[in-house]
Amino acid sequence: MTHDPLLTGLAALAADPPEGLLDRIAARWVAVPGPIGELRVAFTDQGVAYVHVGDGFAPAFRERFGRPLLAAARPPAGLLPALRTGRAAGLRLDLRGMSDFQREVLETVRTIPRGEVRPYSWIAANVGRPKAVRAVGTALGRNPVPLLIPCHRVIRSDGVVGDYVFGPAAKERLLLAEGADLGRVRELAGERVFYLASDTTGVVCFPTCHNARRITPAHRHGFRDLAQARAAGYRPCRTCRPAQTGATA
Amino acid sequence: MSGIDCLDPVRKALLDDLDEGFAEFYGAYRGLVFSTALRLSGRWADAEDLTAEAFLRAYRALAGYDRDRIAELQPRAWVMTILMNIWRNCARAKSRKPPPDLRDEPIDEADPGEDVEEAAVRRETGDELAGLLSLLPDEQRAAVVLRHVVDLPVSEIATVLKIPQGTVKSHVSRGLKRLRALGGAR
Repeated sequence: MTHDPLLTGLAALAADPPEGLLDRIAARWVAVPGPIGELRVAFTDQGVAYVHVGDGFAPAFRERFGRPLLAAARPPAGLLPALRTGRAAGLRLDLRGMSDFQREVLETVRTIPRGEVRPYSWIAANVGRPKAVRAVGTALGRNPVPLLIPCHRVIRSDGVVGDYVFGPAAKERLLLAEGADLGRVRELAGERVFYLASDTTGVVCFPTCHNARRITPAHRHGFRDLAQARAAGYRPCRTCRPAQTGATA
Repeated sequence: MSGIDCLDPVRKALLDDLDEGFAEFYGAYRGLVFSTALRLSGRWADAEDLTAEAFLRAYRALAGYDRDRIAELQPRAWVMTILMNIWRNCARAKSRKPPPDLRDEPIDEADPGEDVEEAAVRRETGDELAGLLSLLPDEQRAAVVLRHVVDLPVSEIATVLKIPQGTVKSHVSRGLKRLRALGGAR
């Protein structure tokens, strides 16, 4: 046993894992300022995985992801600007563990710009399941990364904000802070107007679309559904894509 | 490398805080787990996958354990047992594409498709000896790696592989004999 080259050779085969391997196993967390108070954010080597407000962050993360959670030295690149500006389209997210339906819903929600809102039915139609409006609501309720995937920008077509992971009051506050004119949406809904069209461009939009907001009163026409707008010669806006709403199209 | 003394900080850390304790646990055993995974699988990428999976499963199991169970844990043998289970399941899935045989018969021969030369050429692990290891039957390779690459005591190997100590010794000695015959002694 004293000097056996085979045994020496075998002992020399031990090796250390690469530095980054722990990051494939464990998630990291940071506390950062957000538009509704301090947030706890967990991220992995794939991207941001979880956004939480208030107590119970670590147990909730463990329950949901089953990964070790270690303190991070700094936030992941892009997180702070995304939270500050409400524009998070470029941020890497870790949506593993979501179903295909959930992921499609969340990816669609990601395309809604700051300052605008879309009805639940639009999301459902966009993912090819126009009748699955309730399932969309459930998927949004399970959004692991609220604010970064702006599920607060999905509201009822009558202008009522609906449920939110952080509560309806926070949802309303967020939307107002982003400049979404909820009062206007409700006012129009009260008149049974869910779409606005411009007779100068011939385009029909959701009321909060930035194209709709530019229409001057003299050229503005309201519609209850898209079929009526189409019949009047308007084409759906390519930015807010109202044609995706199944129920009224 | 003497038993309980060097394990205690890990268990203490796990009892204090599962997540911070996990970092200690990983730090203490990552080399052991990775080396074993690397020399069993023979491939760097597979070793990373096996190591990540073993530690992730360990964490998920720990999250469900109460304090007494963690206090009684032999963390080193425990994490190695998890690794060996994953490795065996992977190896089984790979070697038996058509209907899996549930009788769990040990496979006695090395992969006949690969001869000594091919193994030596396969230098991904950076060493001819590593290539030769891959020619051993699974249970001999496991015993040799655990005993002589990562230096586990025979009693712990017996726990990890769920076989008697005598069988561990015979797997080790047959494995070494075979390696020498294959030219591993140089």
